[in-house]
Amino acid sequence: MLAEKQSTEQNFEPLIVAFCCNWCSYAGADLAGTARRSYPANVKIIKVPCSCRVNPTFILRAFLRGADGVIIAGCHPGDCHYTTGNYFTRRRMTLLMGLLGYLGVDKARLRVEWVSAAEGNKFAEVMTDFAGTIKALGENVKLRDLRCK
Amino acid sequence: MRKHIAATVDVARVAESVRSIPDVAFATDYRYMCSEGGQTLLRQAVKEHGLSRIVVCACSPRMHEATFRKAAKAAGLNPYLVEIANIREHCSWVHKDKEVGTAKAIALAKAAIAKVRLNTPLTAGESPVVKRALVIGGGIAGLQTALDIAEAGYKVDIIEKSPSIGGKMAQLDKTFPTLDCSACILTPKMVDAAAHENITIHTYSELEKVSGYVGQFEAVIRKKARSVAVDRCSGCGLCMEKCPSKKAASEFDEGLRTRSAIYIPFAQAIPNVPVIDREQCLKFQADKCGLCAKICPAGAIEYGQEDELITNKYGAIVLATGFTTIDPVRFGEFGYLHHKDVITSLEFERLTNAAGPTQGKLVKLSDGKKPKSIVFVSCVGSRDTTERGKSYCSKICCMYTAKHALLVKEKYPDIAVKVFYIDVRTPGKGFDEFQRRAVEEYGVEYIKGMVGKVTEEGGGLAVHASDVAAGTKIVAEADLVVLATAVTPSSDARKLASMLSASIDTDDFYTEAHPKLRPVESPTAGIFLSGVCQGPKDIPETVAQAGAAAVKAIGLLSKDKLLTNPCVAHVNETTCSGCLACEKVCPYGAITADYKQVNSKGLKERRLIAHVNEALCQGCGACSVACPSGAMDLRGFSNKQIMAEVDALC
Repeated sequence: MLAEKQSTEQNFEPLIVAFCCNWCSYAGADLAGTARRSYPANVKIIKVPCSCRVNPTFILRAFLRGADGVIIAGCHPGDCHYTTGNYFTRRRMTLLMGLLGYLGVDKARLRVEWVSAAEGNKFAEVMTDFAGTIKALGENVKLRDLRCK
Repeated sequence: MRKHIAATVDVARVAESVRSIPDVAFATDYRYMCSEGGQTLLRQAVKEHGLSRIVVCACSPRMHEATFRKAAKAAGLNPYLVEIANIREHCSWVHKDKEVGTAKAIALAKAAIAKVRLNTPLTAGESPVVKRALVIGGGIAGLQTALDIAEAGYKVDIIEKSPSIGGKMAQLDKTFPTLDCSACILTPKMVDAAAHENITIHTYSELEKVSGYVGQFEAVIRKKARSVAVDRCSGCGLCMEKCPSKKAASEFDEGLRTRSAIYIPFAQAIPNVPVIDREQCLKFQADKCGLCAKICPAGAIEYGQEDELITNKYGAIVLATGFTTIDPVRFGEFGYLHHKDVITSLEFERLTNAAGPTQGKLVKLSDGKKPKSIVFVSCVGSRDTTERGKSYCSKICCMYTAKHALLVKEKYPDIAVKVFYIDVRTPGKGFDEFQRRAVEEYGVEYIKGMVGKVTEEGGGLAVHASDVAAGTKIVAEADLVVLATAVTPSSDARKLASMLSASIDTDDFYTEAHPKLRPVESPTAGIFLSGVCQGPKDIPETVAQAGAAAVKAIGLLSKDKLLTNPCVAHVNETTCSGCLACEKVCPYGAITADYKQVNSKGLKERRLIAHVNEALCQGCGACSVACPSGAMDLRGFSNKQIMAEVDALC
């Protein structure tokens, strides 16, 4: 989707991948749709059964392929459909953020958010805010590997 | 598809642009893919073009994934060779610009195509269903659910944490808008449940632990020590009469009177067997007394009794944990702690009940005299967006306040009755008529305005409030102030939710699987919701929902076998190193380890290999990420599949 980005400074349209857990955040995104709560189209959702299914390699792969931001959305702590999945997510992503910082990538490009199935509004707000953050950060040039294309 | 989605997505262009992708043999657009016509189109396309994979670009898979899987099956394909690109909820409905929407829809379609290429045929396993239900909570919701399930011929166990079934409804005096005596319509149900051959009631019991899954739950129930043998006690009540410790506040009477340490909560309690409150009992606290054991004609007192743990298997679990009301102490301005004559509506119910502490005589708690004026305050903690209150409407307060006001006026026409309210909300059969009767026939004065504070003045109370209609501040005299405190879920709702992995909202009400279409099911399979634990409701609504929850549970119990989710973890035995990082993160104990003969780099060797119990695995995928060698993967959401989606999107 590099063509889509048309990365002239002013109208930079970031590419954002959102991993959403099936039980809370994916349903929250559905509710955002049902309630017609708009958010930037830069956000593209991949469904996973649980936020703990997101392997850090998926995220690194997304960055290598040119994603400008990656967001993982799961159930609120304590509300995981699988009881403990989001706790693993929280710990794993904390580690990954440290690694991104070490690599010289602004760790704000990776975000973890808790959005329940009832929080359609929050889903739209979070995605709007994240897209704004990534737009302000500009293109991911550090990790993007053109050989991936 | 076109009508809904086509407003902001050019669906013909989506079909056009994916048609040229390698492996795509056929792409088209159709107005309603989920309709019979759409499904026929899908079946024909599979036949005509020899399709081996299907991508449907339509609404959320949460809505119609099952529909399209069935259609694929009808076309002779494995149902798991279908992927859905959600171009409605996640695209058309949230983006206004057609160009932007179309571009995103194409991207989502490409990701789904990338994934579906790697889909493999999967077969759902089978798991048996235990034909027994567990109902948590013995109030009207739990009793109705249990009775309906039992009537259908299935065994039901009810667990109730207090010493008797009956719940909040047993405490009420009359019910609105018919003014039936609450106990008179409830107690026959209690007796029916207790006498039913299919129902087992565990009172004074709590859920200790739950494991398993839909059809196969295993619950450990803690039967707290009653200190009285249920099978020997005749319920004569001699022990309660003679018990010297009589200072405990009666829970049933909302603390308006005291009870003995050995007590039956109320006259119609089931079982009619007392329980010893060990905190209050002299025998337990000081090793003195022992009077009840000496005088019990049946020899039923057992001081040495211990909590008993019972383990049972259940196919379905129904949550009917009911409600409590918000603590009025949080709202200091009403002076609940300082003025004896400021009471809650539930206390008012007991105060007007013929079996209550005053035999139904309405008196002031401060001096035992009849009040001359009463002020009712609605929305105490309801529709309150501040930290101390609840943002929702408690739904029942407008009607019970009207009921209280009307009943006072009917019995004591000389008492002046005022109601302060934000809005009067009385939707329901005969509800508005009832409230109007209170105003028009009985002369209850309704004043739109919030109460700011309650102070003591000249021996009585002064209610400082605003009168919105007049645009003034007023001070109303009152001998008695009744607070309609907000309905809040039972205090153990959250604990139970995490025990059962049932979803719960920020107010601690259980969340339904779908707010419109699956209102009595929890998102967790096999867990059903009955009554106020799901949201505020009155008695008829509770009974209706209890029946609906029962039907859902019966539907489950009537099956001999359930199909299990085939999207579970599996191990590549040749690459598994036996480190068992997977075992540590599995919340279900689904991973074990066995020594196995494996081929490793051309050599046969015997080593430790992880093994997934597919019946226990719920498919979260935690293990697949924890696995350092990539040997553990998740069917339906494999590493390669998700990676392919990432590659397609980026």
